[in-house]
Amino acid sequence: MAKEIHATIPEGDLKDKWSNYKAHAKLVSPNNRKKLEVIVVGTGLAGASAAASLAEMGYKIKSFCFQDSPRRAHSVAAQGGVNAMKNYQNDGDSVYRMFYDTLKGGDFRSREANTYRLAECSASLIDQAVAQGVPFGREYSGYLKNRSFGGVQVSRTFYARGQTGQQLLLGAYQALMRQKEQGNVQLYTRHEMLDLVIIDGKAKGIIARNLDTGEIERHGAHAVILATGGFGKIYYLSTLAMGCNASAIWRAYKKGALMANPSWTQVHPTSLPQSGPYQSKLTLMSESLRNDGRIWVPKSKEEQRLPGEIPEEERDYYLERKYPSFGNLAPRDIASRAAKEQIDAGKGVGALKNAVYLDFSDAIKEYGQELIAERYGNLFTMYQKITGIDAYKEPMKISPSAHFSMGGLWVDYDLMTSIPGLFAIGEANFSDHGANRLGANSLLQACVDGYYIAPYTLQNYLADQIQVKKTDVNHPAFTEAEEKVQKQLHHFINQKGTKTAEEFHRELGKILYDKCGLSRSEDGLKIAISQIQNLREDFKTNLLVPGDVEDINSELEKAGRVSDYLELSELMCIDALNRNESCGAHFREEFQTEDGEAKRDDKDFAYSAAWEWSGEVSSPILNKEVLKFEFVQPTQRSYK
Amino acid sequence: MNSFSLLSEAINNRIVMKIHLKIWRQKNQNTKGQLETYTLDDVDAEMSFLEMLDMLNLKLAKQGERPVEFDHDCREGICGQCGVMINGIAHGPLKNTTTCQLHMRSFKDGDTIFVEPFKAKAFPVIRDLKVNRSALDEIIAAGGYISVSTGQAPEANSILVSHEEAESAFDSAACIGCGACVATCKNASAALFTSSKISQLAKLPQGKKESNKRTVDMVNRMEDLGFGHCTNTEACQVECPQDISVLNIAQMNYEYNKAKLVK
Repeated sequence: MAKEIHATIPEGDLKDKWSNYKAHAKLVSPNNRKKLEVIVVGTGLAGASAAASLAEMGYKIKSFCFQDSPRRAHSVAAQGGVNAMKNYQNDGDSVYRMFYDTLKGGDFRSREANTYRLAECSASLIDQAVAQGVPFGREYSGYLKNRSFGGVQVSRTFYARGQTGQQLLLGAYQALMRQKEQGNVQLYTRHEMLDLVIIDGKAKGIIARNLDTGEIERHGAHAVILATGGFGKIYYLSTLAMGCNASAIWRAYKKGALMANPSWTQVHPTSLPQSGPYQSKLTLMSESLRNDGRIWVPKSKEEQRLPGEIPEEERDYYLERKYPSFGNLAPRDIASRAAKEQIDAGKGVGALKNAVYLDFSDAIKEYGQELIAERYGNLFTMYQKITGIDAYKEPMKISPSAHFSMGGLWVDYDLMTSIPGLFAIGEANFSDHGANRLGANSLLQACVDGYYIAPYTLQNYLADQIQVKKTDVNHPAFTEAEEKVQKQLHHFINQKGTKTAEEFHRELGKILYDKCGLSRSEDGLKIAISQIQNLREDFKTNLLVPGDVEDINSELEKAGRVSDYLELSELMCIDALNRNESCGAHFREEFQTEDGEAKRDDKDFAYSAAWEWSGEVSSPILNKEVLKFEFVQPTQRSYK
Repeated sequence: MNSFSLLSEAINNRIVMKIHLKIWRQKNQNTKGQLETYTLDDVDAEMSFLEMLDMLNLKLAKQGERPVEFDHDCREGICGQCGVMINGIAHGPLKNTTTCQLHMRSFKDGDTIFVEPFKAKAFPVIRDLKVNRSALDEIIAAGGYISVSTGQAPEANSILVSHEEAESAFDSAACIGCGACVATCKNASAALFTSSKISQLAKLPQGKKESNKRTVDMVNRMEDLGFGHCTNTEACQVECPQDISVLNIAQMNYEYNKAKLVK
C-alpha cells in the first residue's frame, strides 16, 4: 500500500501563498549568519545563484563543481531563452496565464502552488540579470526584445542571441566569484560529491573526491543544497554534457531522500540526428528555430530527391497539419512524438532515415537572410561546423534526443527533500514542470530557485540551527560514509574485467531509448528491467577501469556515474510501469486516444510518484503526493 | 529498409582513415613529459576530434595502458572546457572552432597529428593534456562583475541599452574562457580574455559606474598571476573560437589609462 505524503503548501489564495510564506518565514539576524555554513553542490544557474545570494546575505558557503571552473556547468549550453512575465509586448500575458501555460504544458502533473510561484518570481529575474550586465536582445529604442517559444501564444521569452544560458550563467558565476573574493564562498572545483552524510536525521555534510588528486575529503555544514542538474545523459546519447550525472541525487536517494517521477524525461525535438556508431553526444539546436523554421517530411517513403527539388504539394508539414493553432510551435513532447511517428513510418530523411527537415527557405524569402542570421546566426554556424551543411541553402535535418529530467528529488514547497536540511534546486528537483517542461522555463526555474526561493526557505530552516555547533567531520557518520566510498572505488579498480564504463553506458542507453524513451509499453518495460539487471550483474564483475584510486582518473569517474545510472535506470522503468496512463513526455502505448494523443487518467494517477529506497534497487517503496487542483480544473490538453 | 541495414550501409559508405598521433604524456606537474606515438587504423572522417581520442582511449584501456587525460564536457563548443594544441595551433586548423567541434574530415588519410596541452606559466599541467586554468577564474574574481546583489535590481526596462550597445557588449561577452588566447600568445598574455570582460561591462550603462576600479583590479590580478604582457601580435583573435576582437584589448588599454588619469 502506497503511503501518502504532503508538501506543506502555505494557506491562502494561489496568488497570496508565496507572500504569506515570506511574511511568516523565520529569519536569521545578520550577525548570526556568518556562523552558519551551507554546502552547495553544483555551480550551474541554480547552484551559482543560490550560493552567491546566500553569501551576499552573510552565510558561509562551500561551493562544489566537478568541472574545472564554475562557469562550465551545463546551464551554459541553453540556447534559446528564458521566460518571464513582463508583458512588454502587451499581448495578453499575465502571471496567471504563464502559470496556466506551464501547468497545462506539464499535462496537469505539477503542483499548482509551485508552478504559480515560478511565474510570480519570473519578472524579478530579468531585472536582476539586466543589472548584472547580461546583454539581452534589444530593440533600436533600447527596450528589451522578446520572442515566442513552444506551447504558448504570447511572446515572453528573453534572449541573448542563441547563448542565453551562457550569458545568464556568466552573470551568476560572476556574482559567485565576487563573493569568493570577499571571502564568503570557498570554491572547490574539480570535486565530485560521492556521498551525503546524515547525523541525527539531518543532512550535515558530504564526502567528495578531489578529481585532480584522487583524495577523499569530508566537508561539514549546517545544510546541504544539491543543484546538480538533470540526468538525461543516462540515455548515453543526449544533448547533455559528457560529465552530467545523477550521482549526487542518487546517493541522496540511497540515504533516504525520495525520488519523484524519475521516468519523465523530455526528449527534445530539434537535436541533430545520430550519424554513426562512434558518436558520443547529440547536439541540440534551439527550439527558437521553430519560430521561423517549418518542419516537414516528404509525403512518399520512396522519396529520393534532394529537399529543394521536392515540390510543395509532395511535402507533409505534419505539425502545421495536425496542430493548426500552434503549428511548428507545438510543445516538445508532442513535436518529438510526431517526429518519431514520421520516422517510424519510414518517412525520415538523411542517410539513416532518422531525421526530419527544419526548413528556413520561407522565412529567408520573407525577412531576408540578414535578419535570419541576426536571430540565429550562431546556430547556423554551429550546424555547419558539425554537419558541413549550409542551412541557409538547404533545410536542417533534426531528430529527437534525450534532454531534460522533469523528475528528480522530491521536494516540498520549501524545496527541501524528505531529509531535513537537504535541499534540491533547479533541474535536480522535480517540482515545477509536471510531465513536460515548456521551452525556456528551465533557465527560469534554475534562477528562480537559486536567487529567490532558496534564500528564503534555507533561512527558514537555518533559523533553528543557530545554536547548533559547526559539524564535526570526525563524527562516525563521516567515517562510515567515507569507508563506503573508498570500498566502492577500489572495487571498480580491482575487478580488471573486459568492458569499460563507457561500453556499459552505451548498452544501457540503447535499452532506455528503445523501451523507456518516447514511447513505453508494459511488455517493453518488463524486458528493459531484466536487461538492466543483467547489465548490472555484469558490471559487478566485468568492469575495466585502468589506473589508480589515488590519482586523477577519468575512467574511474565514469565508473561511479555509470554504476549509479545502472540503478536509477531500473527505477525509471519501475516508475514508467507503475503509471498506467499517458501524460506529457510519458507515453504508454496502451493508453492513447483514437488519434494517438496521450490519454491521462486523473482519477487514478493525479499524483506524483515519490519513490523511497528500501535497501534493494529492485523493490522501491511508492509514496504518493496527491495533486490537488483547487484553482484550475485539469482538461484534456489540446494544441490543435 | 530497416534502420540496421541503413546503419550498415552508412558504415560501408564511410571514409576510413589511418591516423598517426604524437600525444604529450605527462604524469603530473612535477615530472617531465614527452610525446608518445600511437596509430589508429579505423578513424571515420565524420568523427569529432574528441571522439577519435575516445577511440584511442578505449584501445589503450583494453591493452591495459593508461588512457590519455584530456578536458572536455559539453562537446558543443560553449562550455570552454576542451582545448589542446593540434599541430601547434590552439583548437586545431579550423578558424573559430573549439577542439570538440573539430571533425576528422579536416584531416587526411595517413596524417600525423601532434596533440599537446595548452602551455603557459599560469596554466600548470595536471596530467597529459589537462591543464589548470583556474587563474582565469581569479581574474574574474578580481572585478569581472557588476557589484549588484540579489534583490537590488531596478525594473529591467528602466535601464535602456541601445541595440548597438547590446550587440557590441554581446560580442565581447561571448568569450567561453577556454584559454586558447593565452596558449597561442608568445607572451602567454591573458589580455584578450581579461579585456573582453572589461569591455563588455564598460559598454553597458549599468557597468560603467565601476569601470575604473574593475579595470585596474583585473589588470593587476592578471599580472600577479604570471600572465605575460600583450605586444599586439593579434595571434589571440586568430585562434579564438568565438572570434573575440583584439579591439577589446584597445578598449581595455583606454579604460586603464582613463582610470590612472582619474587617480
